[in-house]
Amino acid sequence: MIQAVPPASMEAMETSVSNFAPLEGGLQPEPALLEVRDLTTKFYTVDGVVNALNGISYSVRKGECLAIVGESGSGKTVGVLSILRLIQSPPGKIVGGSISFKGTDLLKLDDNALRDIRGGAISVIFQDPMTSLNPVMRVGAQITENIMAHEALTRRQARDKAIEMLSRVGIPTPAKRVDDYPHQFSGGMRQRVMIAMALSCSPQLIIADEPTTALDVTIQAQIVELVKKLQSELGTAVIWISHDLGVVARLADRVAVMYAGHIVESAPVDELYARPAHPYTIGLLNSLPRLDAKVKTKLQAIGGLPPNLLGELRGCPFAPRCAFATDICRAQNPALLEVTPSHGVACWHDRLTGGRA
Amino acid sequence: MSLLDTEPKDVAALPAVPATLRTKRRQLLSRLLKSKAATISVIILLIVVVAAIAAPWLSPHDPFANKLIQRLKPPMFSNSSGIYLLGTDSLGRDIFSRIIYGARVSLTVGVSAVAISGVIGVLIGLLSGYFGGKVDDVFMRICDVQLSFPTILLALTIMAVLGSGLDKLILVLGLTGWVPYGRIVRSQVMSIKNDEFVLAARAAGERQWRILFQQILPNIWSPVIVIGSFTIASNIVSEASLSFLGVGVPPSVPSWGTMLADGREYIGVADWLTIPAGVAISLTVLAINILGDWLRDYLDPRLKNIL
Repeated sequence: MIQAVPPASMEAMETSVSNFAPLEGGLQPEPALLEVRDLTTKFYTVDGVVNALNGISYSVRKGECLAIVGESGSGKTVGVLSILRLIQSPPGKIVGGSISFKGTDLLKLDDNALRDIRGGAISVIFQDPMTSLNPVMRVGAQITENIMAHEALTRRQARDKAIEMLSRVGIPTPAKRVDDYPHQFSGGMRQRVMIAMALSCSPQLIIADEPTTALDVTIQAQIVELVKKLQSELGTAVIWISHDLGVVARLADRVAVMYAGHIVESAPVDELYARPAHPYTIGLLNSLPRLDAKVKTKLQAIGGLPPNLLGELRGCPFAPRCAFATDICRAQNPALLEVTPSHGVACWHDRLTGGRA
Repeated sequence: MSLLDTEPKDVAALPAVPATLRTKRRQLLSRLLKSKAATISVIILLIVVVAAIAAPWLSPHDPFANKLIQRLKPPMFSNSSGIYLLGTDSLGRDIFSRIIYGARVSLTVGVSAVAISGVIGVLIGLLSGYFGGKVDDVFMRICDVQLSFPTILLALTIMAVLGSGLDKLILVLGLTGWVPYGRIVRSQVMSIKNDEFVLAARAAGERQWRILFQQILPNIWSPVIVIGSFTIASNIVSEASLSFLGVGVPPSVPSWGTMLADGREYIGVADWLTIPAGVAISLTVLAINILGDWLRDYLDPRLKNIL
């Protein structure tokens, strides 16, 4: 759940988050599985500092599916890679915030404890199944490797478990396919292998970084159904990163919309599609082609380009492209506030309440 | 046969357990026999290896025995009264026996020096490619320093200080030959380490050294094997040239290189002194290169179905 950020910490969100105020976590009825607070990641390049992630906060409960949507370069991937501290460093660096997973701050863990969580309690599925499997290792060996890194099983037992996982994700004749190399699988099958690998240590949270982007539409649908099915069977929480609002609608419980390293809107999935409040979200939804539209209707686009994240931004990052922007938008970045319960928007003139400015 | 064959028809016929060592060996053999060049190379190398191991039993004469009265005898087939298969050299030693004994020196030098330089080069390449930064800087500068010395000159200097001998020769060739391994492995690692599967391995909680040796290293075996086969060959030649220059193995020890060196003064009148050694060097080197090339293809799982 997104919590309203008190206006006092607005300054902190705009600059770096060295002095952010810890929020009252005790108010929630059920403690979240993953609680990200004011996460800020910067890349120190030769051209200057790239503010890839500017203090994002969200939480995921047990068994919940959170979708993070946004266009390329909005910080979706950096956001989830930061959770497991997988950002390449240098140049990347997590400069502030906290990531609490079941009460432990992942940013303060030592390397050994973090390794136990990676692939164990939290696992990741990557975008391109063509490159995320090692081409010279048999798929069974790769899954077995992962299982043995986290569970005290013999190679034989781990192998049996790998076969079981492969059959679970719908790979025919898994006992035979387990000894095949990745190139002997099609793209969709490879993504199934990746999912089998991600599920092999019964994680509580799966981070799926655009897992269907590289696949064609029918395979996409199969993968989405598979993840849905496994999620309901195993009670795993999922963070699903996508720029495909259609996929998200079928899968997610909550949606967070990212823009230029900020979360600009966050709401339950039905609420977001029915009553989008941020002009960027509205723009995104309007730009979807519709089946019931008249023939030869032009697709709507959001004018302009996303801002360059190099250096400090002033004001709302969407202001230059926003039809409703006023002076305050260009001067000050709005904080993410709950406009209605569980629906957070970062906009001075949000479409739900008519604005706070 | 299709590489994208995702649903083989004979699924039931295939065993569910991983291929045992025995069936793997059978596979290797049947794949080897499909390539004529590789088969011939293996036969040549087997002959050389057997000659090296069984030299005392195979050689008809003592390769060290000087018989000045028998010096420069032509080979048996050109002289019906001869008792020397390939003739004798300027000191009356049997050339055929010396060729057989020479295989020992050539193989030992070639293989051991490659093992030394391969291990050093691959380790340095892996570390500097994977970690980059200062580690990379230090190793690559060492590489540059190494490259700036001509190998032969360096070897001459070291051998002059340490004295000649087979062990020193191996050490010198091993310690000077790692640069190509280091450079190539480094560049391969740099291109592979940004692949998504390495990130996926990190995300799966694997340790750095496991990622390095289990995920990355198997991906770069093929260039290493190719360089390895070429450097076995070039080490055999280097041994020959160092022995030729007089700083390799001691003159009495039969080696193909020293035989070439000894025979060159007589090349106009007694070409049988140099031809057998030259043929032995070229055949061995060629066989190793062909086999290395075949091995590279064999080890690439993507080529498994078409080879």
